[in-house]
Amino acid sequence: MSTTPLTASALAAHWDGSADPHPDIRVCMDTGGIAAGARDVYQAMLDTRDESDVKIDIQRTGSLGLSYADPVVISRDTAGQTIIFGAMNVDAARLLIEDHVRNGNLLEDHVIASHERGADFGDKPQTAILVKDTSAKADKDRTAHVQKLIREELTFHELHERIKVYRALDLGLYEKGLCLQFLPSRITYAGLSEEDIPRIIEESARSSQVLKDLLVTGRDLQERIVLRNSGHIDPEELDSYLRTGGYRGLHRALLEMSPEDVIQEMKTSGLRGRGGAGFPTWQKWQLTREPEADRRFVICNGDEGDPGAFMDRSILEGDPHAVLEGLMISAYAIGADTGFFYIRAEYPLAVERIQRAIDQARAAGLLGKNILGSNFSFDAKVRLGAGAFVCGEETALIASIEGKRGSPEPRPPYPSVKGLWDKPTSINNVETLAAVAAIMDRGGAWYGEFGSGKSRGTKVFAVTGKVRNPQLVEVPMGIPIRAVIEEICGGADSGARIKAVQTGGPSGGVIPRDKMNTPITYESLQELGSIMGSGGLLVMDESDSMVNVAKFYLGFCVDESCGKCAPCRIGGFQLLRLLEKIDDGKGKSEDLDTIRDICHCMRTASLCGLGQTAPNPVLSTLNYFKDEYLACLTADAGGKK
Amino acid sequence: MIAQETMVTAKINGITVRVPEGTSILAAAYQSGIRIPTLCKHPDLMPTAACGLCIVKVAGEGKMPRACATDLRDGMDIITHDSELTRVRRTILELILSTHPSDCLTCGRNGNCELQTLMGEFGCRDDRLEKHIRDIPPDRSSHSIVIDFAKCINCARCVQTCQEVQNVWALSMLNRSIDTRMAPAGDIALADSPCIKCGQCAAHCPTGAIVENDQITDVWEALGNPDNYCTVQVAPSVRVALGEEFGYPPGTNLTRKIYAVLRRLGFKAVFDTNFSADLTIMEEASEFVERFAHGKGALPLITSCCPAWTDYMEKKHQDLIDNFSTAKSPQQMLGVVAKTYYSEKMGIDPAKHVQVSIMPCTAKKYELERTNEMFASGYQDVDITLTTRELARMIKQSGLLFSEMPEEEADSVLGEYTGAGTIFGTTGGVMEAALRTGYYFVTGENLPEDAIEITPVRGMEGVREAEIDVKGTAIRVAIAHGMANVDKVLEKVRDARESGQEPPYHFIEVMACRGGCIGGGGQPYGVNPNILRLRMEGLYQDDRDSALRCSHENPSIQKIYEDFLGEPLGEKSEQLLHTRYQARKQYLR
Amino acid sequence: MRTDTELDNLLDWVEGMRKRVREIAQEWESEEGNLIMILHAIENELGYVPRGVANELSQELGVPMARIYEVITFYHYFRLAPRSKHTVKVCMGTACYLKGANALLEEIEQQLELREATGAQKGECSVESVRCIGCCGMAPAIVLDDETHGRVCLKAMKEILKQQLEK
Ligand SMILES: Cc1cc2nc3c(=O)[nH]c(=O)nc-3n(C[C@H](O)[C@H](O)[C@H](O)COP(=O)(O)O)c2cc1C
Ligand code: SF4
Ligand code: SF4
Ligand code: SF4
Ligand code: SF4
Ligand code: SF4
Ligand code: SF4
Ligand code: SF4
Ligand code: FES
Ligand code: FES
Ligand code: FES
Repeated sequence: MSTTPLTASALAAHWDGSADPHPDIRVCMDTGGIAAGARDVYQAMLDTRDESDVKIDIQRTGSLGLSYADPVVISRDTAGQTIIFGAMNVDAARLLIEDHVRNGNLLEDHVIASHERGADFGDKPQTAILVKDTSAKADKDRTAHVQKLIREELTFHELHERIKVYRALDLGLYEKGLCLQFLPSRITYAGLSEEDIPRIIEESARSSQVLKDLLVTGRDLQERIVLRNSGHIDPEELDSYLRTGGYRGLHRALLEMSPEDVIQEMKTSGLRGRGGAGFPTWQKWQLTREPEADRRFVICNGDEGDPGAFMDRSILEGDPHAVLEGLMISAYAIGADTGFFYIRAEYPLAVERIQRAIDQARAAGLLGKNILGSNFSFDAKVRLGAGAFVCGEETALIASIEGKRGSPEPRPPYPSVKGLWDKPTSINNVETLAAVAAIMDRGGAWYGEFGSGKSRGTKVFAVTGKVRNPQLVEVPMGIPIRAVIEEICGGADSGARIKAVQTGGPSGGVIPRDKMNTPITYESLQELGSIMGSGGLLVMDESDSMVNVAKFYLGFCVDESCGKCAPCRIGGFQLLRLLEKIDDGKGKSEDLDTIRDICHCMRTASLCGLGQTAPNPVLSTLNYFKDEYLACLTADAGGKK
Repeated sequence: MIAQETMVTAKINGITVRVPEGTSILAAAYQSGIRIPTLCKHPDLMPTAACGLCIVKVAGEGKMPRACATDLRDGMDIITHDSELTRVRRTILELILSTHPSDCLTCGRNGNCELQTLMGEFGCRDDRLEKHIRDIPPDRSSHSIVIDFAKCINCARCVQTCQEVQNVWALSMLNRSIDTRMAPAGDIALADSPCIKCGQCAAHCPTGAIVENDQITDVWEALGNPDNYCTVQVAPSVRVALGEEFGYPPGTNLTRKIYAVLRRLGFKAVFDTNFSADLTIMEEASEFVERFAHGKGALPLITSCCPAWTDYMEKKHQDLIDNFSTAKSPQQMLGVVAKTYYSEKMGIDPAKHVQVSIMPCTAKKYELERTNEMFASGYQDVDITLTTRELARMIKQSGLLFSEMPEEEADSVLGEYTGAGTIFGTTGGVMEAALRTGYYFVTGENLPEDAIEITPVRGMEGVREAEIDVKGTAIRVAIAHGMANVDKVLEKVRDARESGQEPPYHFIEVMACRGGCIGGGGQPYGVNPNILRLRMEGLYQDDRDSALRCSHENPSIQKIYEDFLGEPLGEKSEQLLHTRYQARKQYLR
Repeated sequence: MRTDTELDNLLDWVEGMRKRVREIAQEWESEEGNLIMILHAIENELGYVPRGVANELSQELGVPMARIYEVITFYHYFRLAPRSKHTVKVCMGTACYLKGANALLEEIEQQLELREATGAQKGECSVESVRCIGCCGMAPAIVLDDETHGRVCLKAMKEILKQQLEK
């Protein structure tokens, strides 16, 4: 770590040398990974390495997003080839050192195929074949049988010494039957039958011919901008971030651009707030810059309280410097001298890593007076939440930082005019700020290329629920919801039928299966009665009751209501009682009218977004799945109970 | 120079309105003859934005802003009433009702409750929601006010009043979601909290959740007991406020009708606290002259006739105890002379003499037993305090038609007063009265006719500072009302003391309530700045109408000193008319 | 009745606590709006905010008790009563809920009842349901004494609970 203040040119020197391939092992150590046992895996690898003669760097890194495969380990060899292992445990960890690092073997049932897929074999000899049955009702024995077949064929062609066959944990392909991938070429074949195997081994393994009829090309639909570094760098080392071009965006802003230019660049990028509302970022900065004031503040909103969402946590844990860089750029554009990270107390690791990033940046002179020799001075501090979802709302967040109850205030005046300690304040979401750093590095025009209509760039989603491979994805906006659920995450879990997906968490709504082709944009989701929200994407199958789901989300808002205003405090509570009554089979048809009245009252008369949007899950399920409600009513009200 | 006001022009229900920038939609609508329903907004307070009843539609905006908390902006096109808004408002009321006991018949606010009135107006007829009512017993620990938690609708007016206007922080909002509730600070009994009993919370509460401790029954009982000799005193500010309960415009001076109605209620003698206000001035002005002219005692001298203020000082500004005037409040002075001098003169057994006071104030209920000195007559000097609101109810119970009362005089000798005594009821009044007499004590002559009204100390500014010329000597004074305002003044005193400088003021008047007692916690509901102004004007008019305008000129005062007390600050005066202060803990738990 | 030494120890403890509160308050003094950070520090140290400590803090910071109580009772992180020795937090966030967190919660409550019935100390372990601990990808998740466990099934739950409580 640098200890003397970085000058602009010393900073630039770090950005070269990033290509240097250097064998190492990285363990995804974010909260999710740790919960799954990543710490034990990490320790077991360290111990095994130290007990043996194997020499390899073992590092921590952030999340790759592959939640379904946690704990995840990434190995990079001298040739720069990267292999991902998932579902690791202590035994596998030992094996990884002793067999993979030492002998170059992969781990059966742990290796994850690359989601990028090759088009030709290149000039390197193939060393491995990964197989997996990607149908929903995959049969382990069948895969093992196929594995045996391949082995026999390889032996027949005397290739078995050179090419090993492994059962893959995941190939990033779904419902494509039997699939396999060659390494290192990443040639991938799908939809195979046992009869195809002799031909594949003979023509592809032996003669390096690409079988066009079986080939799968391209990569999955993801575009990693915000998640660019997560899982690749050590989030606890500044140098690691610098090597990837870290703080190049800040460098550019401070040395080459005026604050107005920076705001213009944001406008070009089309970036809109990722915290939920989708307010144009440039405009918020502009509005905060305008009012007369002796001080201004910037705040990073890391309160991520949506149940079912963990995008911001992954970013904070996996690439904290990028968020800090984004915050600094916003401060420069606005003219703020102090910034706050407001982070949920439930995210201790994120807090620790952001604090470390701040300390490192301060030691390196990236925070403090006259940063990089410019006349921009700035410092950042961390403030913890304390278990209140509503503190994600801007005015409540400000109250919380000021040491008060997190109760929202009426707006206007907006924080951009009267914010923290009554000073103009700009609040941005974690993901927004991480995108800012990338935009300043690579340009607004580049970023604006991604996306669709008024929704530019990429959006991170946490796909969870009844989905085969729950994970974090980052996709360009405009692609259909279905593509995310089915092509990236493998569709419904265990072959069940998807009934609906829910976006926007407790403020959002359900999107029934027949609307899943809708492109993901702020506007189109709103038209369906849901919202983009912060990025939770919950998949529900036929076994999930919509009344129950509505009840669940509403219950969340009822608990989290700050209690200040009557429509939300009492409306939510009474609404929940009515839903419970209906769910219990005691509902009357008038109850549905009362529900609509209360929903309407909450939407119009609640003071803040929480109460205004809390009825959304109820209204949208009532809209698309009214039958389920009706079926719950008592028999004399026309229901079944 | 008055800054040019920027005006905004907008449309409300199709009618063009023009108001100064910074006017809320609510106020602008009111000015154009439209009342938007409110429940949490009090005209005296900043909006808490808690109820949502006042939402309005703005053309081109998706969200409906709260009229109470949103300024009118240029070009707005607003709808305040339509079927949708009415439906939403009715649903809000239904929701509130679902968490509220329907106990109107037994409620302290029956007939003048803001919630009840709105319920009536909106005609919520069917109870389609299941009730969910707070199961917390009422807090009756305080002699001054009663909190009925079940009736609280969480509008937060009281909390805002107690925290921001009074800076006492005895009330708070606890918990969240449906469990959110108002509770005394630290969730303890009110009597153990820093509460100073000012009753401002009760005066601002829209419902019966905080009301004065109702003692009408005690008074009926005392009156009904043939052994008792019941007398009564009526405080300065009551005379210009009571009428509001009987349809008179605010500020109407009803002194003589009040005397009459009190007699008809059964009181044997009717006294006027204005008399003892004059007495207080004699003592306090003498104290001031002692300290100012003779250097005996600490400066600045600080007034002490407001018991909420003395309580506050004993809890929060203990280092200034020495600066307090030791003169008792007019209520207590009247009590003690009634039970000594008057009883003696009339041959009444003081043990049977029940002295009732009619006060604008809930803290006065506490003052009755504040310290041992409140028993200086050998008995409790004043037995029961009723607030203005309680008196109004008692009159209604009695069947007496207030408007039909004749005009009568108070009983001598404790009934005669000067203009100086009457202005005690408004902020700045004690100061003005004291200066009129202090001037006389120092110079030996009265203020000239055209200078008798000391206008620099008048007004509604939270803190007023003035320099009064007493024949070449400048007296620096400050007046603060609304408890939060006093801290700023005291800070200056402390700063000067710490840096060894001369005190910034010689004399400070403090009143806990905004406007002084005219805005007291026991006064008729619904005060707003305009009503306060009218009540204040009523008192100043009473002063102007008085033949005598300086306390020392009051012949009854001269007589009581001659007959009984001796001289101001004399031995007997000290014994009967003065008190002591002690440091108190803010929290008893 | 307490013995003199017990009383002395208690007073020492109280004095020590008072000092610690002052230290924590001073550590944050230069920072505006530090109340929540200070309460976090006290929670970390004591597991709750005793009334006396709130009082001390009120004086040290010049923040009214009313505000301190308003804040403590608003945020789920702070509490006014001591915690039990162990805590299980069961995530009831969306993802976990859909994957059966309800059943987990019931199981835990049952297990704890069973333990108490067979002699374990009453209230040794408290159960809270929390809304999303950020491991939705591994739902259902629980946190047992600061240790997070993901993809917990009923059987594993029983085992984890037993092991931790036996510790
Ligand atoms: C009840 C409520 C909770 C919110 N929670 C969050 C949150 O956890 N994180 C977040 O970034 N924004 C949250 N928001 C949105 C923020 O108020 C704000 O719009 C956002 O942080 C602005 O940043 P952006 O423009 O970068 O999106 C919430 C809003 C409401 C009404
Ligand atoms: S959630 Fe993702 S990144 Fe985090 S440990 Fe698991 S695989 Fe790695
Ligand atoms: S809508 Fe709900 S959360 Fe928002 S201010 Fe009102 S009560 Fe609080
Ligand atoms: S507070 Fe008002 S509405 Fe409630 S019981 Fe009393 S009078 Fe009736
Ligand atoms: S208003 Fe109705 S409920 Fe109340 S007393 Fe009259 S009749 Fe009875
Ligand atoms: S009486 Fe005054 S001090 Fe007491 S709680 Fe009410 S407003 Fe606060
Ligand atoms: S006690 Fe009265 S003023 Fe206070 S919150 Fe309740 S209803 Fe409002
Ligand atoms: S100002 Fe008057 S009414 Fe208010 S507390 Fe003081 S004495 Fe009572
Ligand atoms: S009066 Fe405006 S919100 Fe209550
Ligand atoms: S929903 Fe349980 S961890 Fe997020
Ligand atoms: S948690 Fe792994 S089987 Fe239950």
